[in-house]
Amino acid sequence: MTTVQSPQTAETPAANRQVVSSEILPEEQHPSSRIDATDVTCWFGKRKVLERCTLSMEPGEVTALIGPSGCGKSTFLRSLNRMHELVPVAAIAGTIELDGVDIYSEEMSPTEVRSRIGMVFQKPNPFPAMSIADNVLAGLSLSGMSNEDPKALVEQCLRRAGLWAEVSDRLNEGGMSLSGGQQQRLCIARALAVHPDVLLMDEPCSALDPISTRVIEQTIRELCEEITIVIVTHNMQQAQRVSDKCAFFLVESIGDPGRIVEAGPTAQVFENPSDPRTYDYVTGQFG
Amino acid sequence: MLERLFAEHRLQLEVDVDMSLLDERPVDETPVPEPQDQEPIEEQVPFRPRALVRSERVEILLSAAAGVTGSGVMCLLFDWTHALTFAIWALLIFLVSVYLLARDSQSPIVATDRLITTLVWTSGGIAVAVLAWMLGYVVVKGIAGLNYEYLTSDMSKVGPLDDGGGVFHAIVGTLEQMLIASVLSIPIAILTAVYLHEIRGRLAGIVRFVIDAMSGLPSIVAGLFIYTVWVLQGQGPSGLAAGLALAILMIPTVTRTAEEMLKTIDDGLRESALALGAPQWRSVMQVVLPTARSGLITASILGVARAVGETAPVLLTAFGSSSINWSPFNGPQADLPLYIYQLLRQPNPAQIARAWSGALVLVLLVLILFVLARVIGERGARVRGGSR
Repeated sequence: MTTVQSPQTAETPAANRQVVSSEILPEEQHPSSRIDATDVTCWFGKRKVLERCTLSMEPGEVTALIGPSGCGKSTFLRSLNRMHELVPVAAIAGTIELDGVDIYSEEMSPTEVRSRIGMVFQKPNPFPAMSIADNVLAGLSLSGMSNEDPKALVEQCLRRAGLWAEVSDRLNEGGMSLSGGQQQRLCIARALAVHPDVLLMDEPCSALDPISTRVIEQTIRELCEEITIVIVTHNMQQAQRVSDKCAFFLVESIGDPGRIVEAGPTAQVFENPSDPRTYDYVTGQFG
Repeated sequence: MLERLFAEHRLQLEVDVDMSLLDERPVDETPVPEPQDQEPIEEQVPFRPRALVRSERVEILLSAAAGVTGSGVMCLLFDWTHALTFAIWALLIFLVSVYLLARDSQSPIVATDRLITTLVWTSGGIAVAVLAWMLGYVVVKGIAGLNYEYLTSDMSKVGPLDDGGGVFHAIVGTLEQMLIASVLSIPIAILTAVYLHEIRGRLAGIVRFVIDAMSGLPSIVAGLFIYTVWVLQGQGPSGLAAGLALAILMIPTVTRTAEEMLKTIDDGLRESALALGAPQWRSVMQVVLPTARSGLITASILGVARAVGETAPVLLTAFGSSSINWSPFNGPQADLPLYIYQLLRQPNPAQIARAWSGALVLVLLVLILFVLARVIGERGARVRGGSR
């Protein structure tokens, strides 16, 4: 499998998906999940950073969250797998349902939510004290799962993250010995190993070079066949390349909380936005 | 005003750099070759740019010479005989001279910079010199008595004026007491650090305050405490009692250092672990502590270093002994600092020589422990596949 592709061979998302579906391991397919966020409002202490955001993230789709810095995209993303509450002063209102079950209800524990809704962060952060293989398997031992064939799982996850060809001969080296782009794909493989139904990505390419970005975007298109993906990005082209659906967040004036201005199919948001503010943003007139 | 000085300074520097190029680099007389395709590209001569040009280095050497002569003359004039007096005056004259020469040849700004740079260098030098001097002193005084017999015998059958005798009972005591103190204190200290920085519980502020207060606790008070609540309560003196007192001394040092080490771990790692569905205890055990491993070993080493040289608490809890006592749980036991202290108070030279050899053994023992801890830490990191 070729993992590095030159930017000239850029394909449209549709074409990309065609290529991809043949490479997916069939035994990995399981019904993917949907997330419905309704009237989500988030606070840090007294400060309201996000107000009444309603968004459905459909199964098997990539949803991109776009908008200028500080508009609450990351906060919204982090509220989807209960990472928001790790900040001591954080509070939240509204409901977030994973396949119809409220993730903030007593039916689900935070650890269960997080192992079903995985996350990849802006900064690649493999565990420094572990080898590449151990990094992939970290989620299993961390969440108390077991696997009969860890070797096969490592290979499978690294293949799905588009990293296998580059690291198959040095699985026992430290995770920090990889380049930034490889580290980020290792983090994706690590997130995949616990078989999440949903994968949240918080600006996964903002610290990477264009070629690594390209590879990761390809990986995202491959994964979305079986996993629901939500991605925060500052890169308009990236949102267009990888996402099926787009939500535009905006803080209208300083001190206001962020709101979703417009959400819909990516093509519509970019080519025919219904709100003038969305038009201004996606055409690069501010932000 | 400042701008003008700065401009002068810059100008001066540029001139200096040009001079230095002339000074340092072999002068290349050949004319610049015409840019022709066939012409082989001329080999470049590497040179290392230096922070100080030659004239500046000469200034510093002159200052050093001035310091030594000036101080020497003063010592002769005023009949000072102590080496330390000479060293202090030499240093003062050296610093003043460095400043004045630089101010004269360049500008006050350059001179101040030079003075501060020199001060920093000298401070580092003094720290190393004092340590080297001290170690050298211990080695010179102690090496004569250090032999196989000294290392393997105790003092039980040695009369005041006899030869022979040794340090074995004190080595055994030190090792056993340090082992007990470490086993008791290091896990408590690291768990406390985890409470302070990972759990960040509501009582963290109070705990941190108490730990800070404990780190200022005079060691003899820790000794007195164990003496009162343990030794006098029918348990009697023992290596274990000494271990308890030393553990009290180690806990604050290890806790605060371990906390600092945990602070250096990127929060992203904790979040990643939690985002994989880990409960917090697994995140700490499997990700945070292994990542901080090397730092935690450093913290433990500092704790051992804090305790291994303590005399007073051991005097009050283990009492000391001149014969070997293998059991740390029963009866008086010696250890190295106490051995040194007790022998140094004896009037005859043979005992004092033994004390110096004991000091050397103590220094070597600490060195061996440190190296061992480092090696174990590094090897563990490599086995786990970590790399930097």
